[in-house]
Amino acid sequence: MKKKLLGTLLSAAMVMSLLAGCGSSAATDAAADAAATVEDAADDAAEEAQAEVVEDVEAAEEAVEEAAADAGASSDGGNISIGFAQVGHESDWRTASTKSCQDVFSEANGYDLSFVDCDNDEAAQKEAVRSFIEQGVDYIIIDPIIATGWDTVLTECEDAGIPVIVIDRTIDDSDKYVAWVGSNFLTEGKAAGEWLKAYAEKQGIGEINALVISGSTGASAQIGRSDGFKEIADREGWTILDEQTGDFTEAGGQEVMESYCKSYEGKFNVVVCQNDNEAFGAMTAMDNAGVAYGPGNDVILISFDACTAGLEDVKAGKISADFECNPLAAPFVEMVIQQLQNGETPDKEVYMEEHWYALPDQIVDFSIDGAAQTMTEVTDDVIAAQY
Amino acid sequence: MKTWNKIKSWPLFLPVVALILVMAVNIIYDAATGSNPFSFFMISLRNTTTSGTILYGRIIDIINRGSEVAILAIGMTLVVSASAGTDISVGSVMSLCASFMCMMLAGYGVSSTTTLAVPLIIGLLCAVVMGLVCGAFNGTLVAHLSIQPMVATLILYSAARAIGLLLCNDLIVYVRNPSFAFIGAFAGPIPTPIIITAICIIVVSLVLKKTALGMYIQSVGINAKASRIAGLNSKLLIFLAYMLCGLFAAIAGIVASSRITSADSNNIGLYLEMDAILSVALGGNSLGGGKFNLAGSIIGAYTIQAITTTLYALGVSSIQAPVFKAVIVILIVVIEAPPFKAFLRRQSAARAAAKGVRA
Repeated sequence: MKKKLLGTLLSAAMVMSLLAGCGSSAATDAAADAAATVEDAADDAAEEAQAEVVEDVEAAEEAVEEAAADAGASSDGGNISIGFAQVGHESDWRTASTKSCQDVFSEANGYDLSFVDCDNDEAAQKEAVRSFIEQGVDYIIIDPIIATGWDTVLTECEDAGIPVIVIDRTIDDSDKYVAWVGSNFLTEGKAAGEWLKAYAEKQGIGEINALVISGSTGASAQIGRSDGFKEIADREGWTILDEQTGDFTEAGGQEVMESYCKSYEGKFNVVVCQNDNEAFGAMTAMDNAGVAYGPGNDVILISFDACTAGLEDVKAGKISADFECNPLAAPFVEMVIQQLQNGETPDKEVYMEEHWYALPDQIVDFSIDGAAQTMTEVTDDVIAAQY
Repeated sequence: MKTWNKIKSWPLFLPVVALILVMAVNIIYDAATGSNPFSFFMISLRNTTTSGTILYGRIIDIINRGSEVAILAIGMTLVVSASAGTDISVGSVMSLCASFMCMMLAGYGVSSTTTLAVPLIIGLLCAVVMGLVCGAFNGTLVAHLSIQPMVATLILYSAARAIGLLLCNDLIVYVRNPSFAFIGAFAGPIPTPIIITAICIIVVSLVLKKTALGMYIQSVGINAKASRIAGLNSKLLIFLAYMLCGLFAAIAGIVASSRITSADSNNIGLYLEMDAILSVALGGNSLGGGKFNLAGSIIGAYTIQAITTTLYALGVSSIQAPVFKAVIVILIVVIEAPPFKAFLRRQSAARAAAKGVRA
C-alpha cells in the first residue's frame, strides 16, 4: 500500500515535470519557428531585392527595411523585455493594475513581459528584481510592497544599466529609479473631504460624525487618504469618531463595521472606507445591523478605488461617492519607456488622471486647493468602460 | 469550601476564568464610561431588510466571528494530541480549499459571477475533498515518513496559498450568489457559521465519547511505541488525525469565503494557524501531545475572538491592538502554567497550615 502510494506520488510528480518541460519547450519551439520565419522573410526580401536591383534599387531597399522592421517586431531579439514585480493580488484594484500591464506590454505590442506576483512578500519582491537583472531585461517595473530597503537592489539595477520605473507605491530611501508613475493619494483624501463639505452644505447637514475604516496601516494609500480627509475634517471642525484598519479587505471591513455599529449606534452619519472591498464588507455589516446607508439615507458612504463592482454599487444607490485611484498605470509607463527609447528624460514624478464618481443627485461642485473639480456621473457606459 | 475546591480542580476552570476575565474588562469599561455596564452582553433581536429578524449583540459577534478558529481548533487538538506537533498549514489549506471551491462555482478564469457554474453541493464537496487530500499529504509525511510535524506541514504552509492563486488565475473570485452567501450569513435569526461550528463540535464530541477513538489518539500521543505493542495502529491514527485536521480546515475555509462571497486567496485564513495553536494552548492542553481536552480548545478559540472584539469595543487603535493582545495572552498563559499553579497551591497550603497553627 505504502509502495503503491509512493509510486503514484512519484509518477504524478514526473508527469507534472514532463508537462512543465513540454510547455516550456513548446514555447521555445514556437519562438524559434517565428524567428526562422522572419529570417526567411528577410532573406526572401533580400533575394528579391537583389534580382530586381538594376530595375528599382529604391523599392528593394524599402522591402529590406520592411522585412527588417517585421523581424524587429516579432522575433525575440527585437522585443523590448520588461520585468514587472507586482505586489500581489489583494484586491480588484491590484488585479486591474496587473491586467493593464499584461495588456499594454503584450507580445503583439512588441514587448516581452516577465510578470512576478510577489504575494505581499517584500523579500520575494527583491529576489524577483534580482532575477530580472540576471535575465538581463531592458526595463524593470516595481510596485514596491514597502517603501524602504531598496537602495542596494536599485544600485544593482543601475550597475547593470537597467532603468527602473516605480509605479503606484513609493520608494523613500533611494532615488535610483528613472520615474515614478502613480496616484496622488493626498489629493484623493482631500477630494473626499471637499466633496463631503459641499454635499453636506447642499443637503443642510450641520454636523458630521465620521467613522473611518482605513487601509493597511503604513501603506502610502492609507496615509495619503487619511491625512487628506483629516485635513479637511480638522478645518471644518468635523468629528472623526474612530479610525481602525480593515486591511483593504472585505472581511476586515465587515468585522470593523460590525463593531462600529454597536459602539457608535445612531451616532454616526458618515462612513469612509479606504477601498471598495472594505466598503463591500461595511455594507454587509450595516445591512445586518439595520443601518440604512447611501444617497437619501442617514449614513453617507464614501469609498475609494472606484473599481467596476464599486461603481455598480454607486449606480445602485449604495455608495454615495467613489473616488478613483487609477490602476491603469501601464499606458503611462509605456509613455515613459518610449521617452527613454528615444533618448529623452522623462519626468521624475508622473501623476495619473483620476475621476470622482457619483450619481447626478450627489454631484456637487467643489475645489481642491483652489483647483475646480468636475465629477463624473456613473452610467452603464462608464461602468462598462471601467477596469 | 468543598465545592469551591471541586470547581478549582475542574480541568476547564482556568480556561473559563480567562474567558470571563477578558469579558469582565468590558463591564469595567462600560461602567467607567457611564453606559450600561452590561451593554456588551446584551443580545437583542433586530429587523434588517436583507436577512429578516436576526440576533444582534457583541456576544453573538464573538461566537460568530470565532467560528473559523473554533473549527480549526478541533482538528488542531487531535493533531497535537496524536503527534505531539502542530499543523501550521491549516490557514493556507483554508485558503486553498476556498479558492478551489470558488473556482469550481464560478468556472475557471471567471472573476465575478452571480450564477453558479456547478451546483453548490459540488463546490462544497470539492473544498472538502481538497481539505482531505491536504490532510492526507501531511499525514503521510508525518505518520509514514516520520518527518517532524512542523517541517512536514511547512510545505503546504508555503505552497497551498500559491496553488490557490494558480487555481483562481491570480484573481479574487467573486461568487455573489445568495445560496452560497447563506453559509456565511443567517439561518433564521442565528448566524449560519455558529450552527456549522455547533454541528462540528457535537459530531466530534459524540465520536470521541461513543467510540474509543479519543482514547486511542491520546495513548498514541502519550507513547506511540507502547500503543503499537498494545495492538494499536499508531501510524494510521496519526494519519487520521491529520486527515481530520485537513477536513476541518476545509470547513473553516468554506465559512470564511462564504462570509465575503469570494475567494480572496491572499487573505483567507491568514495567521489563523497561529490562533488555532494558541487556542489549543489556552485550553490548558499540552503541546507535547497525549491527553487532550476538546472543550478547553474551543473555549480558547472564543477567548481569542473575545480579545479581538473587546479591543474593537474599547476603540483601541489598530496599531496598538496587537500589543494588548500579546499582553493578555502572556497573562493567560502564565496563569495556566504548571509551576504557577503549583506556586498558588503552596501558598494556599501555607495559609491553611498557618490557620491550623492558630487554631
